[in-house]
Amino acid sequence: MSQGDFRAALLDPDLPVPAGITDPEGRPAPRRFNVYRNNVTVSLTEALRQAFPVVRALVGEDFFTAMARVHLRAHPPRSPLLMLYGEDMPAFLEAFEPVRHLGYLPDVARLELALRRSYHAADADPVRPEALQSLPPERFLASRIAFAPAARLLRSRWPVATIWAANTRGGPQPRAAVAEDVLITRAGYDPEPALLPAGAGPFIAALMNGENLSEALEKAPEFDLTATLGILISGGAITGIS
Amino acid sequence: MSHSMKTLAIASSLAAALTAHFAAPAAAQENEKCFGVSLAGQNDCAAGPGTTCAGTSKVDYQGNAWKMVPAGTCTTMELPDGRMGSLEALDRDLPQG
Amino acid sequence: MLDRSASQGLPPLPGVGYKAQHFSNIMDGAGPVAWLEIHAENYMGDGGRPLAQLRHLAERFPISVHGVGLSIGGEGRLDRSHLSRLKHLVGWLDPASFSEHLAWSTHGAEFLNDLLPLPYTERTLARVIDHIDEVQETVGCRMLLENPSVYVSFAETNLGEIEFLTEIARRTGCGLLLDVNNVFVSCTNRRTDPQDYIDSFPHRLVGEIHLGGHDEDSDDTGQPLLIDAHGSAVVDPVWQLYARAIAVGGAKPTLIEWDNDVPEWPVLAAEAARAARILDRVPA
Repeated sequence: MSQGDFRAALLDPDLPVPAGITDPEGRPAPRRFNVYRNNVTVSLTEALRQAFPVVRALVGEDFFTAMARVHLRAHPPRSPLLMLYGEDMPAFLEAFEPVRHLGYLPDVARLELALRRSYHAADADPVRPEALQSLPPERFLASRIAFAPAARLLRSRWPVATIWAANTRGGPQPRAAVAEDVLITRAGYDPEPALLPAGAGPFIAALMNGENLSEALEKAPEFDLTATLGILISGGAITGIS
Repeated sequence: MSHSMKTLAIASSLAAALTAHFAAPAAAQENEKCFGVSLAGQNDCAAGPGTTCAGTSKVDYQGNAWKMVPAGTCTTMELPDGRMGSLEALDRDLPQG
Repeated sequence: MLDRSASQGLPPLPGVGYKAQHFSNIMDGAGPVAWLEIHAENYMGDGGRPLAQLRHLAERFPISVHGVGLSIGGEGRLDRSHLSRLKHLVGWLDPASFSEHLAWSTHGAEFLNDLLPLPYTERTLARVIDHIDEVQETVGCRMLLENPSVYVSFAETNLGEIEFLTEIARRTGCGLLLDVNNVFVSCTNRRTDPQDYIDSFPHRLVGEIHLGGHDEDSDDTGQPLLIDAHGSAVVDPVWQLYARAIAVGGAKPTLIEWDNDVPEWPVLAAEAARAARILDRVPA
């Protein structure tokens, strides 16, 4: 028996049990081999259930479980760090026929992935708000911002933050298919997906890309700068000014 | 936006954002020192899966045939035009560009 | 509270597998629980709450690092990047113990998230020994190797499990982790006597004992097939085997594992208290 044969049969229940795997008396033992098939399938299904609670709520438990089985066979984890499993889910959802009509689903999965990456990202001390207070505006404008490793920007053509909040916090249902940009920040240990003011996405993207504030402002014609800076400050997203 | 307008905008926005920040309750900052004690479970909603070294007796490896349709909250997501279950084909509502 | 340093190892007392939902219970007073075991892979993120909690717990408890993803029984080479993550974790945490499984879980680039079985032959023995040598050299400490729960037999197996484990320990210098529930599960599944297994085990090599719950199923012939599910209390026959093991081998650090359907803290603490009562009866 090779482990390659074992692995193939684990993930494909239509394949026979590999030769040389038996019960103690040397007889064929498919029920015994199926324990391993179950262990792999059930544990990875459970991992995906925990990883994508909002996608799961959107499509329903039974559908998600069945879809997870298809996903895990096509995309088994590529690392023993199970906490990050599911990176292929957004692309999978884009191509998976039974959910093709739910165009927003891949971005919901992207948001859930980003929240988890943020949760496990390195700790960093944010710049103290008092230090920002004493910064001359001219200097601030010429500054580049270092972001906390836990900060993540997701720009979506769907109301992804509203859909997420509606399915986790009892927030209102989305009223229209508007685009939403989300900045995930982590003041402390809990990532928070903040809906950015309309038009602020290009500004944050430019800052994350290393452009200074003045340059970043050029990228965004009209948006609520006060609210955007508020999200950065209260989320502890700024770890350095240079 | 001219340079002086930008300077003005950034100065007033930063001042306003900081004022709001200092006025907000300090609870969020206190939480930084919290390791997840009082809100255990709720706090860890973004933790994702962990490993296990245990097996399972649940039987769930079978089944390839696919005839299911989504049946979660996506079916009740009601949009202004009365369409149920899908935000698809509403691209016309998206901002242009 | 126990003072700890790596050189002291784990105390011959009960410990439990750490679950984040028990953090406040543990910090409020862990009762009979003297040490904690973590799964290495869950603490390989870059930061955040898991590592903050672990640093906090490690100030107060001896920690055992139990890997589930190294794939020591794998046909391929060990995953070097995973090994270096392990080295990093063991380096900063300085745990009281480090253990892994006689199993494989990675094939090529895929991680299958189960402890999969291997046949016991001269060829697989040589491979496992090479892998353990590499682990101990890289991570820089002696490891314990755990006996597995097994559901199938291999036509090519021609070495006994105890013989296999003992030879690995002799040639690598590693210790052994005796999972008594795995003994009960595997012996039942192989239709052999678990008491004989316990009596034949090289107890002088045992650095830690595991206890956990299992599920009951049946095999292709309708005979019992036990599954190592860690989702229920330790059963009486396993407690009896445990008492026998420490009567022969002496008191050992003893872990209660409960990974699925994790109960409230008092249920877990009661299992640890039961282990403590049995440990009290034997000299260390």
